[in-house]
Amino acid sequence: MLPASAKIPLKQLHRQSICIVRGNRKKDEESGTDVVEGTDEWNHSKAAVRPPDQLELTDAELKEEFTRILTANNPHAPQNIVRYNFKEGTYKLIGFVDQLAVHYTQAGNLIPKDSDEGRRQHYRAELAAGSQESAKLIISEENLEEDEEPKELEAEAGSQTDVPAAGAVEKVTEEEMMTPKQPKELKLTNQFNFSDRASQTLNNPLRDRECQMEPPPRTNFSATANQWEIYDAYIEELKKQEKTKEKEKTKTPVAKKAGKMATRKLTSMESQSDDITKVSQAAKIVERMVNQNTYDDVAQDFKYYEEAADEFRDQEGTLLPLWKFQNDKAKRLAVTALCWNPKYRDLFAVGHGSYDFMKQSRGMLLLYSMKNPSFPEYIFSSESGIMCLDIHVDHPYLVVVGHYDGNVAIYNLKKPHSQPSFRSSAKSGKHTDPVWQVKWQKDDMDQNLNFFSVSSDGRIVSWTLVKSELVHTDVIKLKVEGSTTEVSEGLQLHTVGCGTAFDFHKEIDYMFLVGTEEGKIYKCSKSYSSQFLDTYDAHNMAVDAVSWNPYHTKVFMSCSSDWTVKIWDHTIKTPMFIYDLNSAVSDVAWAPYSSTVFAAVTTDGKAHVFDLVINKYEAICKQPVVAKKKNKITHVQFNPIHPIIIVGDDRGHITCLKLSPNLRKMPKEKKGQEVQKGPAVEIAKLDKLLNLVREVKTKT
Amino acid sequence: MDGWTKACQEPSPLPSSPPPPPRPALGQAQAEVEETLKRIQSHKGVIGTMVVNAEGIPIRTTLDNSTTVQYAGLLHQLTMKTKSTVRDIDPQNDLTFLRIRSKKHEIMVAPDKEYLLIVIQNPCE
Repeated sequence: MLPASAKIPLKQLHRQSICIVRGNRKKDEESGTDVVEGTDEWNHSKAAVRPPDQLELTDAELKEEFTRILTANNPHAPQNIVRYNFKEGTYKLIGFVDQLAVHYTQAGNLIPKDSDEGRRQHYRAELAAGSQESAKLIISEENLEEDEEPKELEAEAGSQTDVPAAGAVEKVTEEEMMTPKQPKELKLTNQFNFSDRASQTLNNPLRDRECQMEPPPRTNFSATANQWEIYDAYIEELKKQEKTKEKEKTKTPVAKKAGKMATRKLTSMESQSDDITKVSQAAKIVERMVNQNTYDDVAQDFKYYEEAADEFRDQEGTLLPLWKFQNDKAKRLAVTALCWNPKYRDLFAVGHGSYDFMKQSRGMLLLYSMKNPSFPEYIFSSESGIMCLDIHVDHPYLVVVGHYDGNVAIYNLKKPHSQPSFRSSAKSGKHTDPVWQVKWQKDDMDQNLNFFSVSSDGRIVSWTLVKSELVHTDVIKLKVEGSTTEVSEGLQLHTVGCGTAFDFHKEIDYMFLVGTEEGKIYKCSKSYSSQFLDTYDAHNMAVDAVSWNPYHTKVFMSCSSDWTVKIWDHTIKTPMFIYDLNSAVSDVAWAPYSSTVFAAVTTDGKAHVFDLVINKYEAICKQPVVAKKKNKITHVQFNPIHPIIIVGDDRGHITCLKLSPNLRKMPKEKKGQEVQKGPAVEIAKLDKLLNLVREVKTKT
Repeated sequence: MDGWTKACQEPSPLPSSPPPPPRPALGQAQAEVEETLKRIQSHKGVIGTMVVNAEGIPIRTTLDNSTTVQYAGLLHQLTMKTKSTVRDIDPQNDLTFLRIRSKKHEIMVAPDKEYLLIVIQNPCE
């Protein structure tokens, strides 16, 4: 809005604008400008307004020049602003500082008069002033117009000479055109240039669009999570992780191949396996359970029954028959070998074959468990009869067998197939006669498994398992005459001795005994193949078994078909004890619990148990243990821990017998004396007995 | 419960015909199991043997149909419950065998990975 001075005439407008700028001195100057005109008038007026306290300066002082450089820089603006730069992640100096200094601001409502807005306002103000007067005029003029119109029509129709009058009328109409707008503009809501514009656009109509689709398949799932289910899930996950780790590790081509093979095998097994094979393990357990139920009384006897009658008998004991083992497949095949498993004390191996030269047929290797007397755990069959077997002490799954045809073979119980894992052949130095005994040895220096075999062809062979191959070395060749070096006088047809049994010394590794068909026993060394350490003229017929005492390192025992059992001190050439059992003795065995107890079985079907401490002249138990009298007992073995023995006969039956308390009597407890136990006591016990005999011998 | 009802709904869950001849690849293993089962069945006092799958459906049996279905359903449930109990007490433990001694019989259940082998025996015979 213009101040009141807006009403001053237009020609003074220029000066007026200056006045506004100069502020309060305006009135003075107005008067001044009116009075004085010209260029010097400026200086003059300046001198006139000198303040009273102004310094008086000399000319020289006045003329002195002060150089002052003015820059656009704001002296108060800070020069060291830093800001954090997110892009570079550091604080950065800001180079551009706001140099604008604002000393004074005032929001003003003054507008320059010659600006567009000023002019418009001016025009409006004029109109407002005139409107009140013109309001009446308009009304009258409107009346006039109504009157005038017909006049105009007349005038137009008549002549056009009255031009100025017509122009006046036009002016009026122009004014009329302007006036109706006036009241609207007065209603301005804002004092500034304000424009409000609105327009209605076409709204898009809303549209709904739907379609029906098939609902996704839904299933209800519910489950309870037990502790063990969670545990299982974790275990599975762990296994998976381990597997992946292993896979990463074993990326060598060989390992990969092997793994692939294994998995392929597995998958093929899985895909092919029919329902029923999956219960094989369960079936095995159930079979044992069923047997346990039916043989419950036997199992109870085995564990708990002690013959009560023994207390009333002085020394004699009895054998209580427990289980009987037999198998249809091994019918009519003699038991040719028995061996307890060194690890699983309820498991034993049975070799089936024939001792009859005329009736040689097939052979069987069966492994029975006392937990299942009705059926063997393992069955292996061979073309040639098995004559002997042995189970490895450290690898209780390896069974070595000797065949009637002179072959030796190793069966692996872990392998599912029924063929031997290793087998000798004619090329690889098999025996030419039946193999009578085989025995595992300690691993050799290269950690190879090795065993010895003895056969009637007179050779004692050491077999070594080198990389899935059986390598043989002849240890000794037996000759009829005691020494191998001895030159035979004249021509002898039978220069070859026939080994039938051997046993290795428990402590001295290289020493072993060999029993022969001629009845001689040789003490040999593994390192001397040309000479025997000693020769014993032991028996008149074939030696069936030789066996070192498990406690006393000097004592061994032999039995023969000449009805005798002899006990020897290997340093003395004559036997210590001789027992005549009235029948061919087919096997003897030392008891594992005592140095003086042994069992002998005879072909008349009787088992004899001796305890030298109790009776050194007779057996303390003499008992027929086979069903039929005809059956010949072929072998006997003590269980390593339980007080039981197994005996096998030539019809393929195996009987398990329990030793009554008298047969395993320990030295009686004396008052105030500790019962001594251990190998030293056992050795002393036997030594005491032997000394008696030795004394007699030295006397005679 | 599922197995029980299913077994009832099955028109004939028991194979009426003898199983097909064993394939050559696994023939030996299968024959071995077959023989073991035969031995168990022929053993003294054994009344019946049956193989039940994980759902409680009998796969093979030596008993008549209705008895088998009853035994299978009930024993399957019992075995699962027993197993769960054993595992709940110690997740690292597992059920290996279940014997039920009754006045008349002994019921033996051997749970394998997928199947149950159930044998009913009269031990007093």
